[in-house]
Amino acid sequence: MGRYIAKRVVLLIIIIFFVSVASFFLVHLLPGNPVDTILGPNATPANTLIVNHELGLDKPLWEQYFIWISHVFQGNLGQSYTTHQTTSNIIGQSFPIDVELIIGSQLLAFAVAFPMAMSASRRPNGLFDQVANSTTFGMLALPPFVIAPVLVLLFAVHWHVFPGPASYVPLTQNLWTNLHAILLPSIVLAMGSIVVYFRLLRNDLIATLQEDFITMARSKGLTDRRIMWRHALRPSSVSLLASAGVTIGSLIAGTFVVELLLQMPGLGYQLIFSVNQDDYTVVQGITLVVAVAIVLINFLFDFLFTVVDPRIARE
Amino acid sequence: MSDQITPPAIAATATAAADEPEEELTTKSLGLFFWICVGWITLVIVMALIADLLPLPDPNIGNFNGSQNAGPGWGHLLGTDDLYRDIFSRLIFGARVSLVVGFGGTGLGLILGGIPAMVSAYRRGRVDTLLNTTSYVVLAFPAIVAVIAIVTFWGHALWKITLVIGIAGAPLIFRVIRASTLSYATRDFVLAAKALGASDRRILAREILPNIMPTVVSFGLIAVATIIVLEGSLSFLGLSVSPPTPSWGNMLNEGSSLLTGAKGQTNPWLVIFPASAMFLLLFSLNVVADKLRSHFDVTEIKL
Amino acid sequence: MTPLLEVDDLHVSFATPRGAVRAVQGVSLSLEQGTTLGIVGESGSGKTVLSRAIMGLLPRHSATQTGSVRYQGNEILNAPNDELRQLWGTHIAMVFQDPMTSLNPVLRIGRQITETLRIHLDLTKSEAKETALSLLMQVGIPSPVERFNAYPGQLSGGMRQRVMIAIALACAPNLLMADEPTTGLDVTVQAQILDLLSTLQHERQMAMILVTHDLGVVATRADEIIVMYAGNVVERAPTNVLFTQMSMPYTEALLGSMPRISYPSHTRLLSIDGRPPDLLSPPAGCPFAPRCPYAQGKCHREKPTLVEGAVPGHSYACWFPLPIREKAATS
Repeated sequence: MGRYIAKRVVLLIIIIFFVSVASFFLVHLLPGNPVDTILGPNATPANTLIVNHELGLDKPLWEQYFIWISHVFQGNLGQSYTTHQTTSNIIGQSFPIDVELIIGSQLLAFAVAFPMAMSASRRPNGLFDQVANSTTFGMLALPPFVIAPVLVLLFAVHWHVFPGPASYVPLTQNLWTNLHAILLPSIVLAMGSIVVYFRLLRNDLIATLQEDFITMARSKGLTDRRIMWRHALRPSSVSLLASAGVTIGSLIAGTFVVELLLQMPGLGYQLIFSVNQDDYTVVQGITLVVAVAIVLINFLFDFLFTVVDPRIARE
Repeated sequence: MSDQITPPAIAATATAAADEPEEELTTKSLGLFFWICVGWITLVIVMALIADLLPLPDPNIGNFNGSQNAGPGWGHLLGTDDLYRDIFSRLIFGARVSLVVGFGGTGLGLILGGIPAMVSAYRRGRVDTLLNTTSYVVLAFPAIVAVIAIVTFWGHALWKITLVIGIAGAPLIFRVIRASTLSYATRDFVLAAKALGASDRRILAREILPNIMPTVVSFGLIAVATIIVLEGSLSFLGLSVSPPTPSWGNMLNEGSSLLTGAKGQTNPWLVIFPASAMFLLLFSLNVVADKLRSHFDVTEIKL
Repeated sequence: MTPLLEVDDLHVSFATPRGAVRAVQGVSLSLEQGTTLGIVGESGSGKTVLSRAIMGLLPRHSATQTGSVRYQGNEILNAPNDELRQLWGTHIAMVFQDPMTSLNPVLRIGRQITETLRIHLDLTKSEAKETALSLLMQVGIPSPVERFNAYPGQLSGGMRQRVMIAIALACAPNLLMADEPTTGLDVTVQAQILDLLSTLQHERQMAMILVTHDLGVVATRADEIIVMYAGNVVERAPTNVLFTQMSMPYTEALLGSMPRISYPSHTRLLSIDGRPPDLLSPPAGCPFAPRCPYAQGKCHREKPTLVEGAVPGHSYACWFPLPIREKAATS
């Protein structure tokens, strides 16, 4: 167990180092020049040189990286060239929206996928299983940018069940309005997760229910319900957890579409906004934060496996 | 699971079930539904290819003497948008973007990721370890963020988007093809070919490639669908091909902005048609990939 | 007095894509309180299916079962699951073949024992734990307090099989089904587990069905033995009768394939050539005929039924049982 965690931590540190290098160089090596953004029409060769020097852009790249990363460690992700807000400030305001969307969509996805998979696995290829399989297969072809406009059309424009765009308010301001605004985008984001979770859990449950220890549990006189919840579910959730880690990670930056469509200023929204403004400090900061968050979440889920299935840590 | 722990009769049932597809493989048909989906994909490809030859109104310039935001009808099969442009025509020309990026990006990914993967898995050694570890690290990085940043700073030309997405997809394709090649690289028929003095290139092309082909094709089709989704999202965010060039993603974007009344008009058809087109194409690709996968008994790939 | 368990003409078949697999073909047996029945046969003989059918554990949608299984006089074959659940654990319990796969790998040992105690006997958490610890002690697990919190993967095969016995015995069943309880274990451990089962059986006056492929296992432990081949009972007799008056060539062959200490070293063990018949399309005659060294024309054409032997309680299904054949050979 200790060894397993130690190995994971070393890998984690290596990956975070590479991710930070990638975030830095990705933005640096791209065309587009922050100096032009700052100076705008005042860009004379002399001014450019001065600003270049002020920003440290005349130093070698590796030196710039170390200056940047040492600032990052002090919690300083730089400042926006356009709005002059600090990057940490921008991230601090937008990250909670993503967290809310992720929690909302994942709760929905679990609430739908688990009962569906449990019912379907009871009679593989039975009627319910076939219906559930084809439904999720259809959902696989409904990515957010396809289903979100349709749901907005139906529920916000046509039936007025959900509020339209730009109706998001922070949780602290009005809980009800906040939850109401979060629900539609959460449904959109949940769709993709439902498909993945249902298919993985169904397949693993079907395999687990054929194991000897399930027959053993039946011979103990346990109810089907108890066998499903206590004996079958946990050993069947490992691949689901693995993919939940990946899904949640990809959602951190994968909420662009709903955020833009519904005008919610989350991380994805801010990233697109800053990218369009050539605001490279902010892009760099968001990229780093998103990438590190994804890596950390995957690490957390790797650790969760060992709790759910003690076999993994022993291997 | 060993036979020893399975009750005999149940083991018999299991073997019988496992034997069945083998016996019927030659006669098992892929089913009508499969062929309908293949037909749909082919139709979309053909229409996109010969779009210029079809008697369609210009997709980019509207007929300002015609009707605006019209519903489906005889003059314009699927109606018009807020700029008087024919939606049907825009859908067909828009298919080009999805198909070029989808198939082009997958092809590029297969060349950049697949070929090194085959060689790497076949030769093993340090290079393989290095490439394998690198692919892990690269996959930890959020590809979508990188793609958005690069595309924005570099430009929105179709070939640039295809190139960026193809490169971004290469590490994942590398992993899948590598795993698939590994399972064949040490088989007896490969060793036999080696013993007969066949060159590595010949073994890879003649012995291993035909065996991993089912994986390549079914995974490739899933990759096409995934990339079409990615391009659609970029288009939807206004980060793909620049207007007025139509793509299903930017049509959906325009449709949604009309929906929410941002321009004072509404046109639900401009959401419904591109959404349906996208759904049908993705659905068909998924069905074809899935049926091929189960037909050739390729183990499910987790994306 | 009604016997504890009575099985009459039990047939079990499985629906498979290639047709029905007739795994058990007309088995009858009965068992009194406190006695042990051995069911012997090689793998594929239907002995495991038989034991699971008696318990009602076979999947309903793929297994068709006809005949009768009566427990304490009540019909339980094809009884609804809810009804069977009242018997499982408390009246009939099972020890499974493979201790490596029959314990839930993600649950602690303790939980797997206390679970039944709490559900069936309504014990409180601490009462259940106390009982579980004493059970672990009874089945000979050292330092039960530590083992209580262990996962199955942290125990050896022998220990796991002991845990499984503890689980089976938790609610003091009247009938214990032991399906190849020692197959996956080392030889020394095998004897320990079997002795443990016998001891506990006598202490608790439990009836036991011991399913095995090894005649040696049941020789000293069973009161009566049933020999199965290809889904059929081919010979049944009280243990001492079976070993003295063996009539069916298959039983003889099974005995011949067993190593014995009394053999000089390097003695060749007799092996039974060929394989058991395909249960999808069993042969018309005696199922053992294709492998039987004494088989004659009739054996291939007509299927023998169980007939009573000279000694009460002894019956066999053979056209040319051993004593008759010997007479024929000498005359």
